[in-house]
Amino acid sequence: MWRYTLKRLLQGLITVWFIATATFFAMHSVPGDPLSGERASTPEIRANLEARYGLDKPLATQYVIYLENFIKGDFGISFTQRNRQVNDIIREHFPVSATLGILAVMFAAMGGVLFGALTALFRNRLPDTIIMFMVILGISVPSFVFAALGQLMLVNINDWLGFSILPVAGWGTVSHMIMPALVLGMGTMAYLTRLMRSSMLEIINSDYVRTAKAKGLPAERIFAKHQLRNAIMPVITVLGPAIAAITTGGFVVELVFAIPGLGRYFVQAVQQLDYTVIMGTTVFYGAFLVFMVILVDLLYGWIDPRVRLQ
Amino acid sequence: MQSPINSNEGFNRSASRQLAIYALVAVGAFVLLMLSLNFAASLTSTSTDGVAGAVDVENNEITAYLRQDPPELNTMGAADAVSGIVLGHVMEGLLRYDEHGQIVAGLAQRWEVNGDTATFWIRENARWSNGEPITAHDFEFAWKTTLAPSTASQYAFILYPLKNAEAANNGDVSIDDIGVRALDDKILEVTLEQPIAYFEKLVAFMTFSPVNQAFFESTNGRFAAEADSLLYSGPFMMTSWVHGASVRVEKNPYYWDQARAKLNAINFAYVTDDTNTLLNLFKDGRIVQVDLTAEMLEGAMQQRWVLDRFMDGSVFFIDFNHREGRVTGNVNLRKALLLAQDSNELVNSVIKLPGYMPAKSIFPMWMQGAHRTLHEEYPPPEAPFNVALAKEYLEKAKQELGITQFPPIVMLADTSPVATISSQYYQETFKKYLGLDIVIDQQIFRQRLAKMESGDFDIVLAGWGPDYNDPLTFGDYYASWNLNNRGRYFNARVDELVRIGQNSLDNEERMAAFGEIQQILFDEAVYIGNYERGRVYATDPRVKGILRRAIGAESDFTNAYIDVDGQ
Repeated sequence: MWRYTLKRLLQGLITVWFIATATFFAMHSVPGDPLSGERASTPEIRANLEARYGLDKPLATQYVIYLENFIKGDFGISFTQRNRQVNDIIREHFPVSATLGILAVMFAAMGGVLFGALTALFRNRLPDTIIMFMVILGISVPSFVFAALGQLMLVNINDWLGFSILPVAGWGTVSHMIMPALVLGMGTMAYLTRLMRSSMLEIINSDYVRTAKAKGLPAERIFAKHQLRNAIMPVITVLGPAIAAITTGGFVVELVFAIPGLGRYFVQAVQQLDYTVIMGTTVFYGAFLVFMVILVDLLYGWIDPRVRLQ
Repeated sequence: MQSPINSNEGFNRSASRQLAIYALVAVGAFVLLMLSLNFAASLTSTSTDGVAGAVDVENNEITAYLRQDPPELNTMGAADAVSGIVLGHVMEGLLRYDEHGQIVAGLAQRWEVNGDTATFWIRENARWSNGEPITAHDFEFAWKTTLAPSTASQYAFILYPLKNAEAANNGDVSIDDIGVRALDDKILEVTLEQPIAYFEKLVAFMTFSPVNQAFFESTNGRFAAEADSLLYSGPFMMTSWVHGASVRVEKNPYYWDQARAKLNAINFAYVTDDTNTLLNLFKDGRIVQVDLTAEMLEGAMQQRWVLDRFMDGSVFFIDFNHREGRVTGNVNLRKALLLAQDSNELVNSVIKLPGYMPAKSIFPMWMQGAHRTLHEEYPPPEAPFNVALAKEYLEKAKQELGITQFPPIVMLADTSPVATISSQYYQETFKKYLGLDIVIDQQIFRQRLAKMESGDFDIVLAGWGPDYNDPLTFGDYYASWNLNNRGRYFNARVDELVRIGQNSLDNEERMAAFGEIQQILFDEAVYIGNYERGRVYATDPRVKGILRRAIGAESDFTNAYIDVDGQ
């Protein structure tokens, strides 16, 4: 197990280094740079700016300096959010995205397992049909549509009630989180429902369930111990990447609900060619994703020893 | 198909019970989580009441929004509109613009401009938000620091009229030689390179704000990074800044003119540029004002909202590449393009955004001339849509260039929705009437600028906004030495006229120069006007006195007040 863990971690590190390097060179090969503005700078002002940000050095030197700082955990100063450290940006805004993401994943996981199990139990009957129809909607409708609809719904409900049941947008209290989290978790919930359903159906006809029945175990025990537990395995597999995807992919939802999450800074940085923020957030997100995948692999190996042996 | 043991039967009821228990536990756990989250949020959140209304009559506060987190609140480097909104409330310089766009006294009690020297007498009761007096030294420090090469301020150029400013910024002379000096604590003496007519208008720009040296140095490089790492000289002061989430400004008790600010506080409680979100917030009574898009107009009228409009100052136009080897260097081709399009059609049938007006000139319609608006004194020449004439010019262009067929023309544009539909309009129009192939090259903002800089385009959808309330802010765009003239247009007479606009002290002579520039640029079809940007907005009827304008902080809530009976 230790060897396995170590191997996976080493692979992860190499992946992160690769992400960092690829991003660095891809970013610098794009035309334009963060120092150009609508008002053109004189060569002298430009030179001053380049010197201040170290852009006057050759690219290879910049890369070495960047890697050194990266190992020290220092991502530098933002180009567009002047006077702000990229580390500060990540530290202040990632928790917001993470809170929202975790809540969304909880919605998704609970809803997905619940609805998935339901559809399997009521296979080809009305509840199954209804839920699966919703699932197709959930998978195919993009989150910005859900976000806009959810918000509009809130406006109308608040208007109809005459008081604010949930805030329309903003951040600060738990009531601000509910609608964005629901919206954000919708796609994953739909996906998990489908996964759970097929996984349940597969297991219903498996040998060990038959054996359990033959032993004369009560049905609810079979359901809980043998079916649910085994059916949940694939769900756990996708949950890790899903957490990372939801936490990092909330950009649209963050924008619509005016939430100060990291996703917005990430996308803005790319639009503004803010080198340091692009590097910082990409590497951070990349490392986060890699870490989640490793965690799932380890968890999987722990739950199901067969995985470790392969 | 018959399965040996029908696994589906006999366990539905009990399994449902299991599921119900599972669901119950899940819901319970969820509620618990929410409660703990709520507790955690109450520990970290700055506002206890997360869902305050747009107007708080009791505390005399209003709530508004910002399109993005203010990128830079250090006046020595700030240049963008959003930072400008916040700074417009919390900072004041020697002079400022009043509600009518006229220069009035700010922190300077009085001032004199005599040829190449200007003297400012700072108010005795001018104080920073920590109670310390604002002195002439604070201005000297701020202006010199802005110009220091190590500061690398992108707006340093606005200080170039000061003696030795440009040389100091280039590192050729010491910043001690710059023409600004505190004679004593309250008298600031400025020496200019040469007399200029619009110096007062420049001084109202935010780069000319004061900075307290001792405070600046005490922040250890984190100056203006947080609400408490900045001192305020304006009618309001920032008391809270949660990055990406909110900015709160409260009345500054040390501001010299306590009567000016009517509100106790302004909450910029939402940070987003999503127009639908802002509309929803307005509908829900959370923000006092919202800008409307075309599709929102009808609904707004039905709701009988208080609607208003203003021009935000920017002019958008097609700029040509005049570099060697570009077909767009040919004046007849440019004339053909000018005549084959119609900015009225672009604005009214394509863009269809309320408040937008067709651009007739590089000088916007609101710009003041010597006595009336510049457009009234020097009406912009017009080129009515005329395909037959356009084709004649096109033929002439072909002959002059010695070609029978034009190569595809590259149109550079950025990725905004308006740029997208505008470029498509021109692509279709020029194809339809002139048979020209336009290749649209859409780039994100900074990449568009980079391509303009390197001359990698034939025509580009460009735009320009004013820095100060004088036609020169637009008039020098096509000067050969202006780095923003990215198409490298050159005309010796235009250069001469720009010099008159810069150096003459006779306003009528200056306006005549701008009028002639306008005529030359038209005759040579140097640009094709697209639109002047305006906005239509709805305001909460309980709030009066919000200022929206082309020059200075926009929106400006400084004079706003709550009038509950006013609806």
